[in-house]
Order: sequence, then C-alpha cells, then structure tokens
Amino acid sequence: MNINYLSKYLFSFILYVLLFQALIISNINFGVYITPYIYILFILILPIEIAGILLLLLCLLTGLTIDMFQNSPGVHASATLFLGFMRPFILKSIAPRDGFEPGISPTPAYLGFAWFFKYVIICTILHHIFLFMVEAFSFVNIGNTLINMVLSSIATVCFIMIIRLFASSNKKRK
Amino acid sequence: MGEVIRFIQKQKFLLFFLIFESFSFYLIVNYNQTQKETFFSSSNRFAATVLEISGNTRGYFFLKKANDELSRENAYLKTLLPEQSVINIDDLFDFSYETPENSNYTYIPAKVINNSINKSNNYITLNSGENHNVKAGMGVISPRGLVGIVSNVSSHYATVLSLLNTKFRVSAKLRDSDYFGSLSWDGKSYRQVVLSEIPAHAPVHIGEAVVTSGYSAIFPEGILIGIVENFIIEEGEGFYTIKVKLSVDFKNLNYVTTVEKITADEQHELENITYEY
Repeated sequence: MNINYLSKYLFSFILYVLLFQALIISNINFGVYITPYIYILFILILPIEIAGILLLLLCLLTGLTIDMFQNSPGVHASATLFLGFMRPFILKSIAPRDGFEPGISPTPAYLGFAWFFKYVIICTILHHIFLFMVEAFSFVNIGNTLINMVLSSIATVCFIMIIRLFASSNKKRK
Repeated sequence: MGEVIRFIQKQKFLLFFLIFESFSFYLIVNYNQTQKETFFSSSNRFAATVLEISGNTRGYFFLKKANDELSRENAYLKTLLPEQSVINIDDLFDFSYETPENSNYTYIPAKVINNSINKSNNYITLNSGENHNVKAGMGVISPRGLVGIVSNVSSHYATVLSLLNTKFRVSAKLRDSDYFGSLSWDGKSYRQVVLSEIPAHAPVHIGEAVVTSGYSAIFPEGILIGIVENFIIEEGEGFYTIKVKLSVDFKNLNYVTTVEKITADEQHELENITYEY
C-alpha cells in the first residue's frame, strides 16, 4: 500500500464512515423499520488485492468506530468483520470472465454500474442479515427483525448507489 | 507439529476472522450483561466530542421551540409558588445547585448531544457528567415528561437508557384512579409505550394521563409519561394491556433535567432490610 492509497482511503473513511454514517444518516429518521448503514461502502471499494489480515483489521476498525457512535459495542464490528471475511469469496464468484485487472478497486469506474449494483446488493444483504440478527440476539421478534432487514437493505443499496453516482460523475468532469 | 503450523499458515485468514469475531461477541455479550462503563460507548471522549460539535450545530435549529417550552414550564412553575415568595435574581445564576432542607429531589440541567429512536435499544448521550454531579441511576426528565435513566457517566458526559429501550422498566400509574402498573417499550413505535398489570376492575378511559408512581426511588411522583391511546383486555386475563401515547417527542429532544432523590440511599437500605426477612 503506497502513500497515495493511504491518503485516498483515509479520506474515504472520514467521508463515508464518520461524516455520512455517524453524523448525517444516523440522525435522519426514516421510520422505525429503516436504518441505512452506508458505511460498508468504505469496505466495498477497497482495492481488490487487499485481502487477509489487513482487510479484517480495517473491518474491525470501521465496525468499532460505528459502534462508538451507536452505543452498541461489538454489534457493527462483528457484522463488518463477517462482510470482510466474505468479500474475497464474493469477488471471486462474480469476477468478469478474464478475471480482474491487477491494481483496481471494485468501483463502477472500472467495472461498470451493472456489475457494481450486483456486488453492492450481495454484500449489503449478507451484512444486514448478520447485523440485524446480532442486534436482536433472539428469535422472539423475528418478524420485526426480518422487516427491518429487508427495508434497511433496500435503503442502504439505494443510498450507496446514489452516493457512487455522484462520486463517479465528478471524476468524469475532471 | 509441522503439519499444524502449515495448516495454520494456510488458514490464516479464517483464523484471524474467528479471533476478531470472538472479540466482537465478547464485547456484545459483556456489555449487555453488565452495563458497565465500556470504552466503546459514546460517553468516551473522542465520540462525545464529535457528537457535541454536531449536537451544538443541530441545537440552533430548535432554539425557538426549546425557548417556548422552557418559558411555558416557567410560567407553570410560577403559578405553583406561594404569592409572597420573592425570587432573588442572584439565586437564579448560582449554579452550585444547593437544595433547600425540605426538598426531596435535586435537579441538574443537561443538554442532549446524541439520541436515537430507531433501534431496539436506544440510548441518549448528555453533556453533563461526574463533574456536574450526575450519577448512574439518576432519572432524566424533560419539560414534556419522562425521558430515561442515566446508565453510565464519565467525567464530562453521561449516557442515558432511553424510555425507548426494551430494557427499560418503570412503575407508572393512572393519574385519576391511582391504579399502578409496569411500563415498558415494545420496540414498535417511538410514539407509543405499553402499560401492563393494571387490574381489570380499574376504570380506564381513553385520553387519561399516565404518570410516574413515585414508588421507585428514581423519579418523583406525577411526572407525565403520556396519555391512554387505547386499551384491551385479553380474554381470561385479569389485567389490561394499555397503549400509552408518549408526551415527549423523542425525535426532537434538546434540553433535559436529571433528577435524584436525596434520600434514595436511605429508602433502598430500609427496603433491603425489610425484604431480607
């Protein structure tokens, strides 16, 4: 990881995890059932070759940061770790026919919007299933938990796609 | 031995995932059991500072409403005062919070810097802590009614177990008939809580006020919680299940007051002795 990467992803951490998630989205009330967690975007767009322990450490750090703001020690950390653990397998299973070019990130700029949309949906669903099950920690209110899961997943995917739409249109203008 | 090392090297990713994941679950389980001050909660310095800045900015948008609420409360409190008592203006700005001998409760003002309503366990962060004499276990009220109970304090901040938390329980009663029951949140709507254990022979009608009973040593008697929205009685059961519409708008919470019963320790001590026999 060179220094260029470091500044770029530090910026994306501050933007997505701290600013968007902790300070803006968590403070908007979408109703009891909908809570978008867009901070996973930070994990999603890390370069493809980041795998192994570095990836897991970044997931743990992201999860614990969100936990600090949400007063839920461990809940987001465990769900984000699960996402990080699954990411290499997801990328492998939906890779283009001739594999990924070396050194790219899984963003629409490199792989197109349709591919990115598929990728975001799979990751969001896995993360949210784990997250809401851990948050509820029981099967008593399973109906509520499921509604939460489905509606929040839809909201998260929508938000992530909107954010990336702006991010990539900025790049083109430059 | 060589086999084992080779296996570990091959499965490094899985191994580290399991280690980190067990650490996370340790945090989850540990925190849920004890409610002790943990580093990873928003009464810690870093998160609280960021939240305070954001809360301060947000607070400006609600100043008008907060002002309005405070002046109404002031006017109401003035009507309660005996006519001849004169307020010394200097006393109002003396923030040492000395309470007169005959008063049972101390009140400490605080500002909400973080709040949520959409989880099953909601917490509120306040900008007053140990340095302002806020202690764990104190009640939190707003001009509109009951808010929660302080769960953790650090030197400058406190986290509050919100009324909108499935772990929250408080003893409440119907204001008109004095029948009391137990109040809790079912996790469904942020405008509604459930009052149970009111016996079936009690007269209940829609629109009746529900207030704190004052039996627990946390809240004074008669703090408003909400009004009866509807009530049912399951067949074969001797108790009502009453839906209570909250008087506090948790979506819009800015200034609150923490309250402590001065003689709470004495009451607990006496009750413990009694229950032992």
